[in-house]
Amino acid sequence: MNPKVTATIITGFGLNCEKETAKALSMAGASVEQIHLNDLIRNPDKLLNTQILCFIGGFSFGDHLGAGTVFANRIMNHLGNSLKEYIERGNLIIGICNGFQIIARLGLVPSLNGIDFEPTIALAANDSGVFRNSWVTLRVNKQSPCIFTKDIETIPLPIRHGEGKIVALNQAVLNEIEKENLVVLNYADPVSLKPTAEFPYNPNGSINGIAGICNKTGRIFGLMPHPEAYLSAYNHPHWIRQKLNGSLQKEGMGQIVFKNAVDFATDNLL
Amino acid sequence: MHFRLEISPLISENDTRGKATLNKIIEYFGFSIEKIQTRDVFSIVAEITETDAEKMLKSMTNPVIQDSILGESDKFDFDWIIIIGFLPGVTDNVATTAKSLLCDTISRQLKSNEHIFSSIEYLVSAPQLNSDQIRMIAENLLANPIIQSINCLSKAELKKNGIPFNKPVFLDSCNIHVEDIEIDIPDDDLIRLSKDRCLALSLKEMRQIKQYFTKNDINRQEMGLTENPTDVEIEILAQTWSEHCKHKIFDAEINYTDENGNISKITSLYKSFIKKSTYEIGSDVDWLVSVFSDNAGIISFNEECDLVYKVETHNSPSALDPYGGAMTGIIGVNRDPLGTGLGANLLINVWGYCFGSPFISAEKVPKGLLHPGRIRDGVHQGVIEGGNQSGVPYGCGWELFDDRFIGKPLVFCGTVGLLPKTINGQPGYEKSILPGDLIIMAGGRIGKDGIHGATFSSEALDQNANAQAVQIGDPITQKNLYDFIIEARDRGLYRYITDNGAGGLSSSVGEISTNSRGCIMDIANAPLKYPGLQPWEILLSESQERMTLAVPPEKIAEFKQLANDRDVEISVLGNFTDTGKFHIKYGDKTVAYIDLEFMHEGCPRMQLNAEWTPKNHSEPNPVDNENIDISSLILRLLEQLNICSNETKARQYDHEVKGLSVLKPFVGLENDVQSDASIFMISPLANEGIVLSCGVVPQYSDIDTYHMTASALDLAVRRIIAVGGSLDKIAAIDNFCWPDPVKSDVTPDGDYKLAQLVRSNMALYDYTKAFKTPCISGKDSMKNDAVMDGNKISIPPTLLFSLIGKISDISTAQTLDIKNAGDLVYLIGATSDELGGSEYYRMQGYIGNNVPKVDADLSRITYAALHRAISDELLHSVHTPSIGGLAIGFAKIAIAGRLGLNIDLSQIPTRERLNFETILFSESNSRFIVTLPGDRKSEFETLFTGISFNCVGTVNSKPELTFCNEDTVLCSLAIGDLVSSYKKTLSTI
Repeated sequence: MNPKVTATIITGFGLNCEKETAKALSMAGASVEQIHLNDLIRNPDKLLNTQILCFIGGFSFGDHLGAGTVFANRIMNHLGNSLKEYIERGNLIIGICNGFQIIARLGLVPSLNGIDFEPTIALAANDSGVFRNSWVTLRVNKQSPCIFTKDIETIPLPIRHGEGKIVALNQAVLNEIEKENLVVLNYADPVSLKPTAEFPYNPNGSINGIAGICNKTGRIFGLMPHPEAYLSAYNHPHWIRQKLNGSLQKEGMGQIVFKNAVDFATDNLL
Repeated sequence: MHFRLEISPLISENDTRGKATLNKIIEYFGFSIEKIQTRDVFSIVAEITETDAEKMLKSMTNPVIQDSILGESDKFDFDWIIIIGFLPGVTDNVATTAKSLLCDTISRQLKSNEHIFSSIEYLVSAPQLNSDQIRMIAENLLANPIIQSINCLSKAELKKNGIPFNKPVFLDSCNIHVEDIEIDIPDDDLIRLSKDRCLALSLKEMRQIKQYFTKNDINRQEMGLTENPTDVEIEILAQTWSEHCKHKIFDAEINYTDENGNISKITSLYKSFIKKSTYEIGSDVDWLVSVFSDNAGIISFNEECDLVYKVETHNSPSALDPYGGAMTGIIGVNRDPLGTGLGANLLINVWGYCFGSPFISAEKVPKGLLHPGRIRDGVHQGVIEGGNQSGVPYGCGWELFDDRFIGKPLVFCGTVGLLPKTINGQPGYEKSILPGDLIIMAGGRIGKDGIHGATFSSEALDQNANAQAVQIGDPITQKNLYDFIIEARDRGLYRYITDNGAGGLSSSVGEISTNSRGCIMDIANAPLKYPGLQPWEILLSESQERMTLAVPPEKIAEFKQLANDRDVEISVLGNFTDTGKFHIKYGDKTVAYIDLEFMHEGCPRMQLNAEWTPKNHSEPNPVDNENIDISSLILRLLEQLNICSNETKARQYDHEVKGLSVLKPFVGLENDVQSDASIFMISPLANEGIVLSCGVVPQYSDIDTYHMTASALDLAVRRIIAVGGSLDKIAAIDNFCWPDPVKSDVTPDGDYKLAQLVRSNMALYDYTKAFKTPCISGKDSMKNDAVMDGNKISIPPTLLFSLIGKISDISTAQTLDIKNAGDLVYLIGATSDELGGSEYYRMQGYIGNNVPKVDADLSRITYAALHRAISDELLHSVHTPSIGGLAIGFAKIAIAGRLGLNIDLSQIPTRERLNFETILFSESNSRFIVTLPGDRKSEFETLFTGISFNCVGTVNSKPELTFCNEDTVLCSLAIGDLVSSYKKTLSTI
């Protein structure tokens, strides 16, 4: 039997999407390990046998002191070198929602100057000032090097966050992110499919409708929406209408993101 | 060393908290304010260097969006500063997180005399406001003086004296002492003793305690105790015997006189109606696993797993501190499934609230009570944060408004848990304790928070409410605890688990000690938040995030190691015994030594009277068919608080974490109409689903609580059916919230209120039996009154049914939105003249008398037929109308589908000849509006033989809701106008 891709999900301290993310990755063919952050700190070598590292959604440390701050700090203090080595070997990282906030705080995306643990973007409080759970339409930037979004043009996904508005350190950072096509996903108008600033289609006021970005290799991906919450076609808010008009998917479209990752890792990282 | 760390938004445009505060000030007070800036401040009192403090500040600050200063900012671009911190001893969750960060930064734990405190500073630019106005903003909007400290300073004061250092340390480090309480005293003194110590015990109960202690017990002397109880013992008994824990009213002996003067004797409403129905149904069905014996009821779901469900109320704490009280409500009820069986995984939350109108003018709110708008904001925020941070989605959420809830809001929170059938080869629902097992407390530390919560909620709210009765939850501490417990469960590291809720250790250990028949516990071993707690306070504290476990001695090392690895604090407090005694020590000294049997069985039964006299309410004059203005009535009804959309708040609750959501709380083309019920897959990608619904109609209680109860249950049942659930497996949770039904000087109408309770229980028995929907768990809250300046406000008797059902194939589920132009519209079930208690009458200031009734036999047949129609996939939409009647039912399905409807009122099936007013607005039970394609007409109609139904119209592509009488158009409403009315009332709040 061919060796299997291993995906590692870091858990603990208020993260909470481990079960559905594990399901997504195992459906995609990976062997999945869930590990508490404290255990990973004690055994950083676990990263040596992993090809996909997941920073999942949740409320690490209650989002106190800013989403992701304390979790990112603990990783930087105790796992900084191991993580750097993991990335330099070309392995994959996906950060979803709180995970995106964590990897942004760690400077892993967009990491314009390599892995220096200096953040250049942040996920600030939504313009509305409150948490929001709703479905949005996302358009994929075809020019992006992101390996997770291959073959996807648009994808509906739920968002669930209070701090999702992308803010760049300065205009130069924003320009470079856009110039290098590191913008992977934009909140889009459901009809015109164009990036939008209009609420509720853009749920947080994110600049230029940015919902997800990657690093230059396309192997590190951070996004606010939750692909792991659309594994079943029946997760979609309009699945009964889709069934009536014949457009019901066989599987939830969120699965594609994880399949892309596992396929890429199988071809390139084993 | 003292350090002040100040963190502000880098640019003030990104200060969303400041902007939101500004908007609220304008909304609440109408003051003109130029600008509000906010910043977070942390005070560190610790043996660290300035370099450490700077490093800490750098870790805390996100350089992309934040600016920070060690010390004080010297910018004074404002007129006033308002500093909000926490009072000593109040849970400060943000500071707890900052502490983790500091420990990471300096690579060591903090010592007991080292602290971090958080505060928020509001910098107000408003030169024309005076200090009284600033203080008003602080006290009525920004802080709750019961738990928070407020400091308002002008720019001049600030420049002169600097910013005060926020250091709310508990200075109350008095000596530990245990008091003997003189008990051999006359009745008057017993009554005074109960009142002075906030025991909430009656004279009869006090006498029982006197008798117990004055009989000379030789063992007490050996333990160094006297014939008087210690303060610890008297507090233990007051807690164990509190209405909150003992449910004395539901257990009372009641003489019930009906409207004809017939008297019947009821011994325990709980046993005579609720339990009786469940046990009788239990002999017919095979899916009841555990009822009334554990922290929550358990039903079998499939071969692999059981479901656990519990709904609680947290009314009194939410009245005092809406945010903290409600947050404790949700994360407190999370611990019920976690403490059921060997510990259930948390799956879905539910919430529901009863408030006064958020629009009521401030003058109409009695002094001493918070404004309902503020209560509503705080309650939502508490449950939003508690639920979201715990990673549990919500399934059902509702709000109901009546100005009688100004005295006490009702805050219902519930949780569904999933319990594996087998855990380590043992049945998941079973647990045991053996003598010698260790008593473990796991989770948060003990503070003064929540002391007397159980006795406090057993009394009416008055101006002297005890601040310490409020707890603030810490969802993240509890999430860590939960993750740890599930790991320990799966490794078989404990034998028994229960929740630490009302009554604290006294209640949790006191109750579970009956399993082994005794315990001995040294509470000096319990970890405290700060020194200075007396032994009785340690035992009774309701500090949150704690579970009590029984761990076999041979597993303790592994259990401790796992706790350590997960940053969860545990302590060994003693061990379980078989001595028959509840034996509490503080160090070497015995402080309580009570027979478990007396604790649990010694409380004397109450004797009460109930007398039912039906009331006769005035009725409005009927409106002729010629004069009725249907359009404006429908639009006005859609705007009513009890009908309009509360989506603005509801969207702030996560409903999709775990990826199980199939039928969401809001449905339709624009996902903006509240669904009848919701469905979740049992696990990711499963075909089987859980269906959740609720029914609550206190508006009918003014006429007859018997029919209120029947209607609430019928509503909840038919909502399950409407989305595709079946009658085969539906379990119910009952939550009674009543005004005090015990006759006294302050409650002269106690006999009537108790009769209302009796009648409600009678209906509960009749209808749960008829529908075969057993109550598997429940709760009662019996003192929902407020007495302010001598005026009493009592809530209307309120009974919430929360139902849990099963759908075996989620792909057959159905929603209420109409989906295809050309579909036929059918009405199932007959309409009667039942406008009594309706929203339509209420809107005109009437109650009426013809309350909706339920014909359970007919309903059952209807529901079975409809279930068949849904599972055969004949239908394109299903909705069951409730409040607002058919008019609102049709409006909602049209709004949800953004399509038109053409309805012929002459075709609506009715029991008798009715005018349009009654047809449109009567709230008759057991009805459905369904749509289907024309080619399914005959298949559909065959299923409903013998049941009232009729085709009443069609779905149209033209977006208008049209009502006709045969060929005459009565009115036509644009869908856009319906949407606008449905959404506008609560769209911004």
